[in-house]
Amino acid sequence: MPARGMTTLNKEKNMLICITSQGETKESQVDPRFGRCAYFVFFDTKNGSFEAVKNPNIEATGGAGPQSAQLIASKGAKKVLTGNVGQNAMSALTAAGIEIVTGVAGTVKEAIDKNK
Amino acid sequence: MIISVASGKGGTGKTTIAVNLALSLKNVQFLDCDVEEPNVHIFLKPRIEEKSKAFIPVPHVDKNKCTFCGKCRQVCEYNAIAVLPKSSTNTGNVLIFPELCHGCGACSILCPQQAISEVNREIGMIETGEKDGIGFTHGRLNIGEAMSPPLIRQVKKYIDPSKTVIIDAPPGTSCPVITAVKGSDFCVLVTEPTPFGLNDLVLTVEVLRKLNIPFGVVINRCDLGNNKMEEYCVSENINILMRLPFKKEIAMAYSNGCPIVEIFPQYKETFMEVFNKINHMVAGIQEKQ
Repeated sequence: MPARGMTTLNKEKNMLICITSQGETKESQVDPRFGRCAYFVFFDTKNGSFEAVKNPNIEATGGAGPQSAQLIASKGAKKVLTGNVGQNAMSALTAAGIEIVTGVAGTVKEAIDKNK
Repeated sequence: MIISVASGKGGTGKTTIAVNLALSLKNVQFLDCDVEEPNVHIFLKPRIEEKSKAFIPVPHVDKNKCTFCGKCRQVCEYNAIAVLPKSSTNTGNVLIFPELCHGCGACSILCPQQAISEVNREIGMIETGEKDGIGFTHGRLNIGEAMSPPLIRQVKKYIDPSKTVIIDAPPGTSCPVITAVKGSDFCVLVTEPTPFGLNDLVLTVEVLRKLNIPFGVVINRCDLGNNKMEEYCVSENINILMRLPFKKEIAMAYSNGCPIVEIFPQYKETFMEVFNKINHMVAGIQEKQ
């Protein structure tokens, strides 16, 4: 069996995806901000489970991006769907081996369907 | 005695009042703590005798010693550290964001593995000099740098307690202002009789009351705008130290980097009166205590 490197990591069929969201449901709009989005929505492509977590970093004086990256890394997310990611958050997400998809808009459900 | 000069709103005349106060008194030291835009030197024209670079300590992690426990990240008030623990897909990593670090040192002191050392990051420059017996120090924050409080604290280390110290504070009501005025015996609030001036004065008054620093108000361009400023000061029992009318000659002199007391020497007395009022108020407060 070939060694599984970083490139194959995020092509796994079953993984936890994080979507930045303005609300708690699948009908909520994707939040275009990463670090200071209203909610992180976690969707498990394996069993379809769905969880919304309120972002505790909204009012951070600074460094909201890396803090949010650590949060979703600790949840075990392998991929994040969002509008835009700042420089610091980008470094932290990359260091955590999380795949970043930017320019995502529409509802959470649409984002999931397109990126499953 | 340490007197800081502050204002919520920018452009009300902080520097003008601070410089002219300094020029009207004896045995004075001047600290320009508006490190993002220091401009006192334009009016005071000191001879700069000493320049030194200003640094803040930022953490450096020895990744061989680090266990990714996350203690440093927990104690960092400014989110300048990210710790990504070991997992099935990650070997563990610590990221430092130096531009967010305030240099408090908590992470290096509290790291259980002593894996964190401190390295210097340059944030600006401190220059000292003098002009006709007035000791002068100011900080210049590097362009693009956001970390002004550590530089302001370093400028304030030059305070000479044997002198009357005048501190020109940055505008606003946030951390840089608080860092600049903290420890003052008195704060002069410079304002103007406009809705913006009043709005920002009210905010600054709240800050100073919280910091427990006695203060008084100087109303600049007092003959413009409306009467709301005076009404507010009366209703809040705030001393008005001075009213400075709008004068084209003052504005013209200012544009040439020329202090008021140089073109209108009679103003020296007015500024000395302000100083006497301050002395009275501070003495009165000390007696009560």
